[in-house]
Amino acid sequence: MGILDFLKRKPEATASVARERLRIIVAQERSTRGAPDYLPMMRNELLEVIKKYVHVDLDAININFERDSGHEILELSVTLPDGKQPASSEARSG
Amino acid sequence: MTAEIIVVTSGKGGVGKTTTSASLATGLAMAGKKVAVIDFDVGLRNLDLIMGCERRVVYDFVNVVHGEATLKQSLIKDKRYDNLYVLAASQTRDKDALTMEGVEKVLDGLSEDGFDYVVCDSPAGIEKGAHLAMYFADHAVVVVNPEVSSVRDSDRILGLLASKTRRAEKGEPPITQHLLLTRYNPARVAIGEMLSVKDVEEILGIQVVGVIPESENVLTASNNGIPVIVDANSLAGQAYSDTVARILGEERPLRFIDVPKKGFLQRVFGG
Repeated sequence: MGILDFLKRKPEATASVARERLRIIVAQERSTRGAPDYLPMMRNELLEVIKKYVHVDLDAININFERDSGHEILELSVTLPDGKQPASSEARSG
Repeated sequence: MTAEIIVVTSGKGGVGKTTTSASLATGLAMAGKKVAVIDFDVGLRNLDLIMGCERRVVYDFVNVVHGEATLKQSLIKDKRYDNLYVLAASQTRDKDALTMEGVEKVLDGLSEDGFDYVVCDSPAGIEKGAHLAMYFADHAVVVVNPEVSSVRDSDRILGLLASKTRRAEKGEPPITQHLLLTRYNPARVAIGEMLSVKDVEEILGIQVVGVIPESENVLTASNNGIPVIVDANSLAGQAYSDTVARILGEERPLRFIDVPKKGFLQRVFGG
């Protein structure tokens, strides 16, 4: 790097990167707040099972945990890649 | 008459909790309220230094909890304001020195002594000390910096305030949550290098109660053991004054969130 480049170098406008990363992680952490600790591990194991049949990423598995008066809802949705029959399948357990 | 309990918390360390506790307590005292500010950071006492009373600590919070000293003996009267008192943290390494019952006893004692406000300076983290500091609170000031790890941690703290406190457990009206953005640098925000007030508000889904600009005066104030709010000429001090007024219910517009316009001389000569 030339000395002129060094002098001209400016920090990048990275606030927008920070904002997007935070939006995603905060939303994800809120959705599992108060949920049992085994949830992330279960998510990984489910991914392993699903991968035996369909090729999906970890991002394709969405786990949502909700507490309603008296009962808990665990919602699991898997987005299958294009070309497969259903776009999403849902399993519920209360 | 019960004292209003305000916890100053953040999750992440080093964001300005103690600076904020000191200025908030002093600001409330300046408004004529009788205030006690308690350091909950057992083992890492620091509020006494920021308040400038470190050489007058005889008995501390843990001594009161264990019945080794009375509240009266342990409260350190502020040099500047007669209606402001500090309760120092203990320097013990015993993490279980504070108990839920002990903390409740001290807070009840302060209510009986006619205190209007008790400011609880929380330790960093989400362990026992932080839990005890927030448990009995009526109001919370969540201190956040415009930086990714601090924002994420404050979201977690907001979640805990809504679930792991006495008000939440007893089904009482929830804690009033105030978000305080500190170390804000409008010049860096303007060129997209730093998260803006709006960004932080949108991500956390809560409006700020104040924005404290990054300021050299904060270090100067801590060097001198004088809460920065006492320095009425500093921008940080003025921003803290606004914040205290808002917490007391007054409406004041946000200041110091835009880059100051340069005057003619500054434009010519720089600076």
